[in-house]
Amino acid sequence: MSDLLYSEVEEDLRASVRDLLTDRAGFTSVLARTESAEPYDLKLWRTLAADLGLAGLAVPEELGGQGASYREVAVVLEELGRSVAPVPFLGSAVLATAALLAAGDTELLPRLAGGELIGALAVPLTTAPDAGFPGGVSANTEGALSGSVRTVADASVADVLVVPAVGPDGPGLYAVEKAGATVTEVVSLDLTRRLADVSFDNASSRLLTSGPGVESALRQALLVGAGLLASEQVGVAQWCLDETVAYLKQRYQFGRPVGSFQALKHRLADLYLEIVSARATARYAADTLATGDSDVPVAVAVAQSTCSAVALHAAEESVQLHGGIGMTWEHPAHLYLKRAKSSELALGTPGRHRAALAGLVNLPPA
Amino acid sequence: MSTLTADDLRARVGELLAAHPPASTDRLEFLRARFDAGLAWVHYPAGLGGLDAPRELQNVVEAELAKAGAPDNNPRRIGIGLGMAAPTILRFGTDEQKQRYLRPLWTGEEVWCQLFSEPGAGSDLAALGTRAVRDGDEWVVNGQKVWTSVAHIARFAILVTRTDPDVPKHQGMTYFICDMTDPGVEVRPLRQLTGEAEFNEVFLSGVRIPDANRLGAVGEGWKVAQTTLMNERVAIGGNAIPREGGLIGMVSKTWRDRPELRTPELHDRLLKLWVQAEAARLAGTRLRQQLAVGAPGPEGSAMKLAFANLQQALTGLEIELSGEDGLRYDDWTLRRPEKVDMLGRGPGYRYLRAKGNSIEGGTSEVLRNIISERVLGLPSEPRVDKDVAWKDLPR
Ligand SMILES: Cc1cc2nc3c(=O)[nH]c(=O)nc-3n(C[C@H](O)[C@H](O)[C@H](O)COP(=O)(O)OP(=O)(O)OC[C@H]3O[C@@H](n4cnc5c(N)ncnc54)[C@H](O)[C@@H]3O)c2cc1C
Repeated sequence: MSDLLYSEVEEDLRASVRDLLTDRAGFTSVLARTESAEPYDLKLWRTLAADLGLAGLAVPEELGGQGASYREVAVVLEELGRSVAPVPFLGSAVLATAALLAAGDTELLPRLAGGELIGALAVPLTTAPDAGFPGGVSANTEGALSGSVRTVADASVADVLVVPAVGPDGPGLYAVEKAGATVTEVVSLDLTRRLADVSFDNASSRLLTSGPGVESALRQALLVGAGLLASEQVGVAQWCLDETVAYLKQRYQFGRPVGSFQALKHRLADLYLEIVSARATARYAADTLATGDSDVPVAVAVAQSTCSAVALHAAEESVQLHGGIGMTWEHPAHLYLKRAKSSELALGTPGRHRAALAGLVNLPPA
Repeated sequence: MSTLTADDLRARVGELLAAHPPASTDRLEFLRARFDAGLAWVHYPAGLGGLDAPRELQNVVEAELAKAGAPDNNPRRIGIGLGMAAPTILRFGTDEQKQRYLRPLWTGEEVWCQLFSEPGAGSDLAALGTRAVRDGDEWVVNGQKVWTSVAHIARFAILVTRTDPDVPKHQGMTYFICDMTDPGVEVRPLRQLTGEAEFNEVFLSGVRIPDANRLGAVGEGWKVAQTTLMNERVAIGGNAIPREGGLIGMVSKTWRDRPELRTPELHDRLLKLWVQAEAARLAGTRLRQQLAVGAPGPEGSAMKLAFANLQQALTGLEIELSGEDGLRYDDWTLRRPEKVDMLGRGPGYRYLRAKGNSIEGGTSEVLRNIISERVLGLPSEPRVDKDVAWKDLPR
């Protein structure tokens, strides 16, 4: 059985990421940034990605990475979820990086892994791992791309886009520099993870991979994304629980801390129970991804359908149990609600993952 | 803790099997030999059925013995002894008590029951009123217990009594080992909603218990009982199971085998429960891994709660999935079973019996109180009974 605990190394990693985020991504600064012209904190990103080497955690050392595994990446994501830090980690260090790894690329990877370039995977963030190869972008015989993709995560800050496109010989993965694409930022529900529409008009590109393996390469990247997003969701949920418990201990009504009322205590106990389960599924997904276990598709479907729902429930409870303050812009709860609701849709909804599971574990529909 | 490895244990199992080939050895003889070889519960001390080895290595032993077709000790039949009496005796018992009780407990020669709940003390166990009064080297016990599972086959009981009514309720209790064959112990079947009488009423009239059968100090019964209850909750749902182990496997199989019963709505619910069961299984694995490295997390109470939720949702779904058969029941005969046979009976039984999962061993409400107060650190509700002598409490 997989090891579902955190290793000492992982706990050390967590501590250093948390320290940094506490210093540099406190919620007042995160909130201020959402209304500024620079919604992403690219200085913080450079510290995380280049100085701490986190952008290439799961990339082999010979390709400029740290040679760790997806287990460590998952721990970083938990902390990024806790802080809803506005950095393009999911788009670049997870999705684009996983796609490049699966495509066998050796040119761009070192530059992404070193934090020199930011990448994005040009698919709608809602794309589920089993969605099939997208057909919105086509490549001509010279490899010039035309077409468009909506709601791409982190594209607005990306230097390079990894684009699934259909060429004359079938599907392929292509790399396009920022200058070759038209990137239009959209107003996102999630204020701390930005989305953009991307279009290509005869954009010159470099073919990363094509042929029979390309569809599974894309699927692998999406599985990695969905499986690790579960850890981010655990981080979101844990923050919501911790903050709500702390608030209910200090908020007095009717002459008692409201946290002493059983109606509320039981809701929080249930939430705790959900998070215990969610954490176990997220750890299992990270571990199977790290070891390349054949159970990855099941592990990811279980983790996504569990953790999406738990993060959302935690965020909704957090707003409700904070009362009026929970409804305000100044309190951070809404940032988590927006992240939780958006990530419920990201990389496959819970229902979509359960439907995938039905096929994987032989529980066919009616 | 010793530094035994999985290979060491495999070798020891090999020696046991060589000296006592299961095919030609009497069942009880084999179980006794296994206990004496330290392979009963490897994390117990040497000489008491164990080897001071990490708890996780028990799985290695079980797998090897199962491979060899060795008999088991029918753990479900003796669950209260294994899960509650044994850890309590290990922690609070004298050397004589450990030597006397642990081996026949483990082999199943002596079945244990738990005389805790009373008509007036369930969730509020510390309110119990069964009196024990000292008389020389003995204690004289009078009172009534209720919902006592398997009392009808039990040889011994763990028993909590009130020994001092003049102090607040948590302080005046004392814990004993009670011989169920003693004069004055009367067990009456109590039929439950499943039709069978798995639990009982137990009347204690002038039962004389030697002081040597006391577990822990006089007045310290609450502390001892806490150990029992903590272990009870970890014991429930504490075993490693494969994916689709238990009820979810049974329901999934019905789904696969009986396409005519499928509806889209049931499909939705089945998949949700499949995920929930898998998540609970992984969380249980995580809990055991934490225990194995000596970091028992507070997840124990949460797992018991999760288990109850899941069992009830699953058994409810199973009835609906059974179509016409869901309207039938297998057997209403009043019987006094020796263990809970969830998988051996029909869906109706499972549905009804699972209702007990959120009551027995602490109700789900009480577990939520425990999680919110002891794990999350939320304030307790105002307590009106804290500083009042037990005898002055309203009841
Ligand atoms: C199948 C089965 C087997 C059992 N086997 C044994 C056994 O072998 N030995 C033994 O000693 N006991 C046994 N029990 C008893 C079991 O431990 C008790 O039933 C249980 O602790 C609940 O106590 P009660 O029945 O008195 O309910 P009560 O305490 O009267 O509770 C009634 C209701 O009030 C709720 N409630 C009570 N207090 C609170 C509170 N503070 N906050 C919120 N809600 C509260 C409860 O959750 C419950 O819903 C068994 C029970 C069952 C169902």
